[in-house]
Amino acid sequence: MWKYDPVLFSRLLTELTLTFHIIYATIGVGVPLMIAIAQWVGIRKNDEHYILLARRWTRGFVITVAVGVVTGTAIGLQLSLLWPNFMQLAGQAISLPLFMETFAFFFEAIFLGIYLYTWDRFENQKKHLLLLIPVAIGSSASAMFITMVNAFMNTPQGFELKDGVITNIEPLVAMFNPAMPTKVAHVLTTAYMTSAFVLASIAAWHLMRGNRHVYHKKALHLTMKTAFIFSLASALVGDLSGKFLAEYQPEKLAAAEWHFETSTHAPLVLFGTLDENNNVKNAIEIPYALSILAHNHPGAEVKGLNEFPEDEIPPLYIHYLFDVMVTIGILLTMVSAVYWLGKQRKWKFIMNKWFLALLVTTGPLAMLAIEAGWYFTEVGRQPWILRGYMKTAEAATSSGHVDTMLVAFSILYLILGIASVTVLINMFRKNPVEKELAERSREREVVSQ
Amino acid sequence: MTLEIIGISVLWLFLFGYVIVASIDFGAGFFSAYSDIAKKKHILHKIIQRYLSPVWEVTNVFLVFFFVGIVGFFPKTAYYYGTILLVPASIAILLLAIRGSYYAFNTYGGTERKWYLFAYGLTGLFIPASLSIVLTISEGGFIEKQGETLTLLYKTLFVSPLTWSVVLLSITSVLYISATFLTYYANEAGDMQARELLRKYALSWSGPTILSALLIIYQLRHHNPEHYSNMLNVAWMFAISFLFFVLTVYLLWKKRYFGWAFVSLVMQYAFAFYAYGISHYPYLLYPYLTIYDGFTNKTMAIALVIAFIAGFLLLIPSLYLLLKLFLFNKKYVKGQL
Repeated sequence: MWKYDPVLFSRLLTELTLTFHIIYATIGVGVPLMIAIAQWVGIRKNDEHYILLARRWTRGFVITVAVGVVTGTAIGLQLSLLWPNFMQLAGQAISLPLFMETFAFFFEAIFLGIYLYTWDRFENQKKHLLLLIPVAIGSSASAMFITMVNAFMNTPQGFELKDGVITNIEPLVAMFNPAMPTKVAHVLTTAYMTSAFVLASIAAWHLMRGNRHVYHKKALHLTMKTAFIFSLASALVGDLSGKFLAEYQPEKLAAAEWHFETSTHAPLVLFGTLDENNNVKNAIEIPYALSILAHNHPGAEVKGLNEFPEDEIPPLYIHYLFDVMVTIGILLTMVSAVYWLGKQRKWKFIMNKWFLALLVTTGPLAMLAIEAGWYFTEVGRQPWILRGYMKTAEAATSSGHVDTMLVAFSILYLILGIASVTVLINMFRKNPVEKELAERSREREVVSQ
Repeated sequence: MTLEIIGISVLWLFLFGYVIVASIDFGAGFFSAYSDIAKKKHILHKIIQRYLSPVWEVTNVFLVFFFVGIVGFFPKTAYYYGTILLVPASIAILLLAIRGSYYAFNTYGGTERKWYLFAYGLTGLFIPASLSIVLTISEGGFIEKQGETLTLLYKTLFVSPLTWSVVLLSITSVLYISATFLTYYANEAGDMQARELLRKYALSWSGPTILSALLIIYQLRHHNPEHYSNMLNVAWMFAISFLFFVLTVYLLWKKRYFGWAFVSLVMQYAFAFYAYGISHYPYLLYPYLTIYDGFTNKTMAIALVIAFIAGFLLLIPSLYLLLKLFLFNKKYVKGQL
């Protein structure tokens, strides 16, 4: 029989909001940096194309920011609405970064408003570019503070809990918990990487469709180069994250790798299936790779799931989420490396239709990896909401209307998703690059006469 | 001054900031939509757009700041208000989401559609109405507590005259605050036609705000006698508030010093808002939660206050820059930039 369960619906609604919000949040963190790079290159090379690139990206960015802001407000409130018991407890130890996040966001919002409306106010373009720096800092700082809270949920510290009463609080110790460095670095590098790939997809799309305007070529080159650099950075941080997990959250790594028995020389298991006795079938095994990922040594011992109580083991399907994230990450690094090499060596095929088609997929794939990564880390923390202290089931609201809210928010996100994409497509279709370039050069002639 | 008082005063200040800037925003949206229907769009549209465009995102942050701050300083509010507000707060989020994103789609996406504008205008009235319900709930009498379970009594809330008086005050205030500010703004822009229209709106909404405020005070006397008698203790603050109200209306009437008229309006609301807040003390939620038993630990409170001061030092110059470039920039206001 079907029974209403507020915990289940609270989880579903939080998942839904975060799944939707993370798309816009990732763009919100990464794209300001891309705009800044384009504008900077444009000023330095005195190249109108890059300036236009920055301008057009900004216009699109505002649309995504709007959706990011409103869904961010939603998740901010939903934390208290859906997880009141968690916020009541954790709020005492970790509200500092949450509070600081609003300041960072405030800072970003103010300067974004200024930046948007002052394109033509300054004689010196560099001054205008300066206004973007607080936007980029603000959005990245927001991401950092929020990720600190998430890191705290994984490795809580900086307090003592006795009979439900929380004492000896050290806010800074809570903020700078063991999960924080790798998590913050991973979130930031992958956000920059994903945004670069998303913008590269757009340029590749135009080139693939036969528009060989040099504007798109410059756009593709700039974005792919940036994407390659941040892919490498993400891979490096990803490796460090593996070592962090082995040390502080071994059950998450073991579940992700279907590593049941503690052993040395552990192989990395990719994909595959499990039979009823938890034997791994049909998987690709890379010998010693798990030991290397966990401890940088092929003979290192990696803790297996057998060492944990059964009711504290995360669901085993996170293995696939982990694999999707890692596979896409490696794939994208390779694709961008090939592009970069091809550009250096003047290989012709990088402007071939099929290769461009491959490049078009990079943006969506990167976003898919972001989603898989977040699902992996969140589901991988289960059954805990605050690891070792509070289980997810104890944290949820007791309200009787979460299911209705789930339906309402599903409709909202559906509408916002469709509307934001439609608006973006219409906006750029109505005003193609060629048209805008022609208009701008006409304007300049008028000014110089 | 105790840390509890510092905490709640800071939060109350930001909530007040939100009430003022959001009212301008909400009312502007309504007037914008109304002027379209009443075929007066050509008069108002431009002036409203010029004001709203660079600041809309900032408005929202005041609200976020308030609810993140209150959970930070008073974590128990997450438990009490979080549990009971699921439905009303979710409705407010839905409306805010529709409003915020459609504003951006419309303004930056260039897809101007009638129903966007219409939805935009209506949400401007529904959002303050749905948010103001929180204040009504805080007066007590709308929550049932059985053991550890809290339930919001929707029916009692829905049929209570207090609820509707608060809703009425929130809507009339939005229109009054917004119209007064936009009158000043139109005057700065030198747009006399818009100024006169907005001045007329401001004057016609001034009376209803005072009437609905009186209505609330009258109903509180029966609904929450304790709060009512505390209000009498700060009656002088309400009196000052009323004097500012008279001053604003006088200046608007005489078409003089529109900037000062708006300042006086802010003072009117500040006095009333703080008088209400002070008389609500020490309760965050009658009769379950006071600022003392809901307070976070001392270490966190000090950390939050330090973060607040540091953040404030960062924000003040930034906000000043924003205002200087847009609000107080004659050329921008007049549409020459």
